[in-house]
Amino acid sequence: MSKIDHAMHQLHSLESMAKEERWINRLHPSVKLFLTILYVVLTVSFSKYQLAGLLGMVIYPAALFIVAELSLKDALWRLRIVLPLVCIVGAANPFLDRTAAMNLGGIVVSGGVLSMLSLMLKGVLAVLASYLLIATTSIEKICYALRQAHVPKILVTEILLIYRYITVLLSETRRVVTAYSLRAPKQKGIAFAAWGPLAGQMLLRSMDRAERVYQSMCLRGFRGEFCFGGTGAPGRTDVLWLVFWTAMLLVLRFVPVMEIVGGLFV
Amino acid sequence: MHMADALVSPAVAGTLYACSAAAAGYSIYKVKQEDDPKKIPVMGVMGAFVFAAQMINFTIPGTGSSGHLCGGMLLSALLGPHAGFLTMIGVLLIQCLFFADGGLLALGCNIWNMAFYGCFVGALLLWRPIVRNGADKKKITIASILGCVLTLQLGAFSVSLETLASGITELPFRAFAATMQPIHLAIGLVEGLITAAVLCFVHEARPELLWGGAGAGEKEGKFSFTKTLVILGIAAVLIGGVVSQFASGLPDGLEWSMGRVAGTEELEAAGGIYETAADIQEKTAILPDYAIKDSDSAAGTTVSGLAGALIVVAVCIGGSYLFRFFRRSSKGEKAL
Repeated sequence: MSKIDHAMHQLHSLESMAKEERWINRLHPSVKLFLTILYVVLTVSFSKYQLAGLLGMVIYPAALFIVAELSLKDALWRLRIVLPLVCIVGAANPFLDRTAAMNLGGIVVSGGVLSMLSLMLKGVLAVLASYLLIATTSIEKICYALRQAHVPKILVTEILLIYRYITVLLSETRRVVTAYSLRAPKQKGIAFAAWGPLAGQMLLRSMDRAERVYQSMCLRGFRGEFCFGGTGAPGRTDVLWLVFWTAMLLVLRFVPVMEIVGGLFV
Repeated sequence: MHMADALVSPAVAGTLYACSAAAAGYSIYKVKQEDDPKKIPVMGVMGAFVFAAQMINFTIPGTGSSGHLCGGMLLSALLGPHAGFLTMIGVLLIQCLFFADGGLLALGCNIWNMAFYGCFVGALLLWRPIVRNGADKKKITIASILGCVLTLQLGAFSVSLETLASGITELPFRAFAATMQPIHLAIGLVEGLITAAVLCFVHEARPELLWGGAGAGEKEGKFSFTKTLVILGIAAVLIGGVVSQFASGLPDGLEWSMGRVAGTEELEAAGGIYETAADIQEKTAILPDYAIKDSDSAAGTTVSGLAGALIVVAVCIGGSYLFRFFRRSSKGEKAL
C-alpha cells in the first residue's frame, strides 16, 4: 500500500470509528478534549525517575480501550512515527547517567535506564491518549469543543476545511502519481525535471478549486462560520465521567498510590 | 522534526503554546484586516494541498532517496506569512490528531518550530526582501533554498533547546544539536529545491498568485532587508552583551535535577564513552559553559555573548551584501 493509500485508509478508519454508535462516542466532546489534555499534561509532568508513578497512568488508556472496545493494535501502529525520535533522545541516558537508582532483586538499575524507560512510556501513553480522543470523537465535534474553549472561529473553520479537502486532494494526488508512474515505469518517485510542473499543476488546480469552494459555500449561506448542531450542553453522564476521571488522574499524579500499595506487600 | 509529547515538559510546552498563540492572534488580526472573504476557503484548500503534496516522493538526482515540499515556505509565498501561519497550524493539528505526527501537548512547540520560522522568518526576512522588486526564477530559487535551509536550521535548533529546557535527556546539548543541525541542513536544501521548482512553475503560469512581489508589499514595505538585518544585529548585540549580564548563576533545570540525584551539578561519570566524549568536547569547546577559560565568570558571559552577537552580525552583514549583489545583478540582467 502506498503512502497516500495508507493516509487515506487511516483517515477513513478513524472517521468511521468516531461515527460508531458507542456510548463513549456520545460523551460530550469538551469533556473528552479536557480529559485528554489533562491526562497528557499530568503524564509528562512526572519527573524522569518516577517510573512507578508513571506506570499508574496506564490505567486511563487501558480502561478506555476496554470500555470503548478499540483495537490496541491500531493504536500501537501509530507509535512507529513517534518512537524513533523519543528513542534517539532517550537512548543516551543509560550511558550518561550511571547513578545507581534502584536495586531490583540484586540487579542495580541506573538512573539513566529509569529515565529512558519513563521517557518511552510517556511517549506511548501520550500517543494512546490522543488516539482515544480521535477514535471516539469526530473532527467536527473536536472543532465544536475548540469553539467552546474560545478558539477563534477563523482557525476552527480552517481546520474543518483542511480536513474536508484532505481526502479530495489525496485522491487527486494518487491519480496524478499513478498516471506519472504508468508513464515512467521502474522509476521511484518523481524525476527532477517533473518536480515543478507536476506539483505546480496540482497547486494551480487546487487554487481554482478553492475559488469554486468559496462560491459554493456562499451559495449555501456561509457567513464566516460553520454551524454545529446537535451537541448541546454536557449531560449528567458527562459530568460524572469528567469528575471521576479528573479526581482519579489527580490522585494518580499527586498521591504516591503505587508506593503505598507496594509498601503493603514488600 | 515533529516533537512528541514525551520530549517536552509542561512548562516548556506551556511557554511555546503562549508564544504560538500570540503569533496566531496577531496573524488572525492581520488576516481580518485584509478583509478578503475568499481567504479562508483558499487557506483550507491550500492546507489540504500541502498535506497531499507532502505525500509525493520527489527523487533526489544522484541519490537513492527522496524529499518532499517545505509547507511553511510554500504557503507563505502564496498566501503571505499570516494566512500561511494559520494554515500551517491547521495542518499540524490534523497531522497530530490523525497521524500521531507530533503530540497535542507539543503542538505549541511544533507550531513554533515549523510554522513560525517557516512563515514569519522565511517569508518576512527572506522571501519578501528578495522578490520585492519583482520575482524571477533566480530570485525565487535563492529565496526558497535560503528560506528552507534557514527555517529548518532554526527549527532543529529550537527542538534541541526545547528538549534541553525540558530536562528529559542526558544527551549533552552540543551533541544533540550537532546531530540535528547537519541532518536538517541536507533536508532543507532538498526541500528548498523542490519548493523552488514548484514556485518557479507558478511564477511562469500565474505570477499574480505569488505573495510579496512587485507592488504587493508596498503598504508594508517600511523595512528593507538590510534594515531588518541591522535591527536584528543590534538586538543580538543588546541581548548578548547586556541581557546576558543578568543570566542566572543558579544551576539550570538539568543541573538542578542532577544535583538532587547525584549530589553534584556536573555529571561525574568515568571511563569508556564518557571520557572519549569529554575529551572531544574539551578540544572542540570554544566557550565552555559560555565563559572564556580562566576569566571572571560574569565577564566571561558578557564576552561570549558579545562574541556570539558579533559573529551573528558579521554573518548578517555578509548575507545582506550577498543579496544586494544578487539583486543588482538581476537588475542588470533586466536592463539588458
